[in-house]
Amino acid sequence: MEPSIIDFIYKRKQLLVEKWLEEVESVTQDSAITRIPEDIYSETNREFIDVIVNTLHVSPEEAKERLRSFVERLIHIGWPLSYFTRGLQAFRRVILEEMKENTQAEQAFSTFGEVENWIDGIVNQLVDEYTGSWENTLNLQKLALKELSAPLIPVFSHISVMPLIGTIDTERAKLIMENLLEGIIEHRSQVVLIDITGVPVVDTMVAHHIIQAAEAVRLVGAECILVGIRPEIAQTIVNLGIDLGKFPTKSTLRKGIESGLEVTNKKIVEIE
Amino acid sequence: MSSQSCVEVHTEWGIVSARQAGRNKAKEIGFGNVDQARITTAISELARNIYLYAEKGEICIGEVSEMGGAGVKKGLQITAKDVGPGIDNIREVMADGFTTSGGLGAGLPGVKRLMDHFDIESTSGEGTTITAIKWLR
Repeated sequence: MEPSIIDFIYKRKQLLVEKWLEEVESVTQDSAITRIPEDIYSETNREFIDVIVNTLHVSPEEAKERLRSFVERLIHIGWPLSYFTRGLQAFRRVILEEMKENTQAEQAFSTFGEVENWIDGIVNQLVDEYTGSWENTLNLQKLALKELSAPLIPVFSHISVMPLIGTIDTERAKLIMENLLEGIIEHRSQVVLIDITGVPVVDTMVAHHIIQAAEAVRLVGAECILVGIRPEIAQTIVNLGIDLGKFPTKSTLRKGIESGLEVTNKKIVEIE
Repeated sequence: MSSQSCVEVHTEWGIVSARQAGRNKAKEIGFGNVDQARITTAISELARNIYLYAEKGEICIGEVSEMGGAGVKKGLQITAKDVGPGIDNIREVMADGFTTSGGLGAGLPGVKRLMDHFDIESTSGEGTTITAIKWLR
């Protein structure tokens, strides 16, 4: 940026900061920021404006780094992005206002352009940092969700249980099928209990996936028992007209295990 | 209609949030456990149809009331709207076991059975609007 502009901004730093603080008070009043304690808020305002102005006199890399560490800290405590974008818009308004009064017309255009570029650069970096951190969180959560997606647990010899918890979407349905079939081979299961106690809604699509999974289980030579059908789910299944008559169903996991033991010719006896 | 909230559906997560909105509204109106499950399942079916066939659309959930013989009765209304390909053969679609996606073909007739009132309007090439109401007993 032209040294004259930097000079211009520096000379009026105090004034610009004052004006900006006033401006920013009014634009952020309606946003989520009002829940943040007063002292932290004004401290962050000061720090923010310092970081912005300081980007002018250090090298671009250095400036980027400083902005990054500042933003990272605020992302961490959950500061909203809208605060930054509104704050920067306010800052631009304040500077341009100030320049309008003190610059010649012929210079004005190029000066405005430079200031715009400078502010835009900061906005871009901020948005990048924020989306980066969101994407990161999203990916981590996806991964975490996938990890607890559909485990097949061997409980007795030849009897395994797959507890399903949460919404079943297409991706998860695929995982259920894969884990089920692989697990049956690995644990040499004869009976698999699919427990849907934790599935909030059983619609036709979920039912369809379960029916397909049960059919596939039958093809690899095992038997599938659907357990954990809550009364309200039973009613909606009947209302929907879904036919689950092809494989046995039980109300609870315990009853499922009992009939699983029967199939494998075992029973639990009390020790005398 | 006093209050209505709409949820856009264009991903599978839209289905989940539409369902959540429906469950909350049903609870608020005072539906019991079984009817809550019926309502959420109906929303799930309608939202999935939007996602599968129209790619995007919206589900609106609101409270309705009607003067009946025994006074004012309250209900929950689901409106599923899309500007997708529309349905040519509504009669076939409403029959059990009819499917174009390899599913069970129980979706729309199922929704009709789950709810008390069911109304479907569709123009080929212009979109589909489905309205369904469950009355509080």
